[in-house]
Amino acid sequence: MSSLSKPMGKKVIWFLFFLLFLLHQDFWWWDDTFLVLDFLPIGLAYHAGFSIACAVLGWAAIKYAWPHELEEFAEEVEGEKKAT
Amino acid sequence: MTTLIVIVCYLCLLLGLGFFSSRLSRGTSKDYFVASHSIGPFLLLMSVFGTTMTAFALVGSTGKSFERGIGTYGLMASISGLVHAGIFFLIGIRLWAFGKKYGYITQIQFFRARFESDGLGYLLFPILVLLVVPYLLIGIIGAGKTIEPVTAGAFTEIFTNPTAPQWLGGVPPWLTGLVVSLVVLSYVFLGGSRGAAYANTFQTIVFMVMGVVAFVYIINGLGGLDQAGKVPARITDKGVVVQDYHFDKKSRELVKNEKPKPIGRVIDSQNSNLTDLHPHLSRTPIKVEFKKKNPKTGEISLFERELGIPFITFVSYLFIPLSVGMFPHLFQHWLTAKSAKAFRLTVIAHPLCIMVVWVPCVLVGTWASGVLPPGIPPPAVLSAMLNLLVGDPVLTGLLTAGVLAAIMSSLDSQFLCLGTIFTNDIVVHRAGKNKYTDKQIIMIARIFIVVIVALTYVLAMWAKNANVFDLAVWCFSGFSALFPVVFAALYWKRATKQGAVASILAALVTWVYFFHLSGYGGEMVIGPGIIPAAVCFGAAALAMIIVSLMTKPPSEETLKKFFPQVEKL
Repeated sequence: MSSLSKPMGKKVIWFLFFLLFLLHQDFWWWDDTFLVLDFLPIGLAYHAGFSIACAVLGWAAIKYAWPHELEEFAEEVEGEKKAT
Repeated sequence: MTTLIVIVCYLCLLLGLGFFSSRLSRGTSKDYFVASHSIGPFLLLMSVFGTTMTAFALVGSTGKSFERGIGTYGLMASISGLVHAGIFFLIGIRLWAFGKKYGYITQIQFFRARFESDGLGYLLFPILVLLVVPYLLIGIIGAGKTIEPVTAGAFTEIFTNPTAPQWLGGVPPWLTGLVVSLVVLSYVFLGGSRGAAYANTFQTIVFMVMGVVAFVYIINGLGGLDQAGKVPARITDKGVVVQDYHFDKKSRELVKNEKPKPIGRVIDSQNSNLTDLHPHLSRTPIKVEFKKKNPKTGEISLFERELGIPFITFVSYLFIPLSVGMFPHLFQHWLTAKSAKAFRLTVIAHPLCIMVVWVPCVLVGTWASGVLPPGIPPPAVLSAMLNLLVGDPVLTGLLTAGVLAAIMSSLDSQFLCLGTIFTNDIVVHRAGKNKYTDKQIIMIARIFIVVIVALTYVLAMWAKNANVFDLAVWCFSGFSALFPVVFAALYWKRATKQGAVASILAALVTWVYFFHLSGYGGEMVIGPGIIPAAVCFGAAALAMIIVSLMTKPPSEETLKKFFPQVEKL
């Protein structure tokens, strides 16, 4: 299991979410047409990397901030239905 | 002709899949509408991704990149990776839990219960229909624009009045739209949400694989990756926009022009040094006057286009992906999930799937600026590149089938969701649950779906020249303006019925106002470049907060139902 407590985990995930949002506004490469590997414009390469970072954040959110209570909340229904 | 045969075979395969999934149906309305909450992680990912990616993703992104360059990716794709995943996590799982616990099939059922209001459902229903219809239109329009160029020459005796002379004999958009509508209608009619989930999964795999294959062939056609990087249109020291290369159809090679071919001239720019700049690889706005040849009369005319993206527009686009929180068809997909864990794969893989589809499309759009005439309709750019560079009719057919797959994987969910909300939120809600049998409920949904398909087809033929990307942005703007309603419903105990009504009305009024100003679907920004979605969202959020605080809070019973152990949930 994670070493972060869940409230702390949530805070870290929210911080990373807002950080990524800020990093999305890459004004520093706005008019740079440099080609990474001779074909990929740097502005596009950066945003492709950004997409990968979003996937990593999704993984971290699942690991450190997963809403187990919601699962239990929905599973109660199953239990109730089976009981009836 | 071979290309067309491949496409027809693909459509037949889809019909077969629809028939197969209908055999798996349990025959209940719950199975027809939400697949009895039985969909696992992979099917959920594929159906959610396939539903959110439509003609907009393949045809629209390539066309927009052809117009504005690489900024298209950050504008829509990368921010969607962040916001969509966040919404699946914060909104999707929570709505799924309430849907499963209280038996909701539609968004409106949830809102009626949460805001203790019947009338809210009647207010929301026509608005959701109004906003889903443009989304449907872009699918039908996109399909028509894609098929005509790639089937050019197949039926020169029959189809003698093409959209452009070079596409003589191609299958006309009206016929493509009709066939696509009927195919989607067939498998949705037969298989319901289970059929849509299977068909979506199959089609999402097809369009992702075919997208990658198309990309590889286009790169080969351009002479390799490093060569492709040099192809985009360039600005000379005199401010003339030129194409340095052309594709020689006889030798099937990219050839450098002896003299750069002028296609337009810069008329305004904030950038002082434009010499040798490839404007599609930058994002600084540059206004260019291009030449355009009328395909029928041969007359040359001039038109203006802004390349690049103003920074403020780029930032304000963050409001657009919020729309997924209010898509009724996505809500229905969320409810098909077997468990909350089924969302995990979607949260992680959705941004990656977006990347796999959008990066190649945006690159192809920028490369197209260097080899296609600037006046070509943006939705036709992808198929024109395939037609020009790939050549092989079987492969072109498969790649085109991939584009159709992306389009149909959204159409099916949208048709189904409209049938679902009409049946459950209007007919059954008014008549009472016991008036109709399960079979009658399914039949009512099917009849409504047929009516919506017919209506959509007629509207698509009327709006056949609309810009797919811009129309999609308008649709998303409307849904994102409704986002404060769902967010407040889930996370703000103080949100009231009156607040929700005020928020919906504020969203509607501002959206209709700006939509009218845009000329009903054109590109539009306000002031320094803010998109209308930001203003619509702000108005709706303010209305929700102010009116909720001024009115009586929801009952204790409702709060207990939707905020049980609020400190935990």
